[in-house]
Amino acid sequence: MTPISYFLVLSGILFSIGTAGVLLRRNALVIFMSVELQLNAVNLSLVAFSKQHGNLTGQALAFFSMVVAAAEVVVGLAIIVSIFRRRRSANVDDANLLRW
Amino acid sequence: MTTQLVLFWVMAPISVGSAIAMLLQRSAVYAALLLVVNFFTLGVFYLMLDAPFLFAVQIIVYAGAIMVLFLFVIMLLGVDRKESLIERLPAQRPLTVLFALLVAAEIFFAVRLGVGFSGTGSPSFAANGGGSTQALAKVLFKNYFFPFEVTSVLLIIAAIAAIVMAGRTARGEPSDPISEEQLELEAGGAPPELPPVEEPERVP
Repeated sequence: MTPISYFLVLSGILFSIGTAGVLLRRNALVIFMSVELQLNAVNLSLVAFSKQHGNLTGQALAFFSMVVAAAEVVVGLAIIVSIFRRRRSANVDDANLLRW
Repeated sequence: MTTQLVLFWVMAPISVGSAIAMLLQRSAVYAALLLVVNFFTLGVFYLMLDAPFLFAVQIIVYAGAIMVLFLFVIMLLGVDRKESLIERLPAQRPLTVLFALLVAAEIFFAVRLGVGFSGTGSPSFAANGGGSTQALAKVLFKNYFFPFEVTSVLLIIAAIAAIVMAGRTARGEPSDPISEEQLELEAGGAPPELPPVEEPERVP
């Protein structure tokens, strides 16, 4: 059997890669994909904790997280398409109307 | 016993490698495909953690539906544009790498202190019910029935919101307010506010 902590460390590595992606990239779509990577890393840790405690609540929580992530992707991509129609750009640096 | 460890050590480098490759890939299409690889490996991890239902959901919803949606939007916005590498803040890139390494190290030490590297989880996992999926169904429809119903409302709201935000041109309204850059691009010759029709009216 694989120790549970291996999955937790892997989940942490994936989460930090996703964090770096959110902070590094300028394309709004790739930033969104990095957010998805972070959500999936947290899902992996939820399932790992569910296995560790022998309790299915973690799996149920991961299931709800997937549903909410699907809704979030739909709305977020609609926002990106709407911004792209106005500004002809998917670069997050171009949307600087509220910047001081 | 050891086959799971071998599977883990085969899949974990693929997972981390595809995530890092997605981070470094300049083309958005390749980034999306690498993310699909990452989602597949996460599905395999779910299978190793006794969650076959979440494995199926991961493959169908994430690697199937969500990534197809991503690829569709990438194609809609144009695939040929490369991301500009100009940073507005000069120190952002090294600080980001430092910060990500710090987060990874922090999680590593937290896991080492809190969980330890020896525990392998409870063996009698799907004891209540005929299997893991049946047990998960019992948990979902007994303990979490109300949140389950609320998520259906959430999905409907998200679908309506996406239609309202992205499908504005379908009803024949003025398509989009033209941005200033577009006006500057189009205003190479005469601006559209000066029609030549008014000129003959003033002459007589």
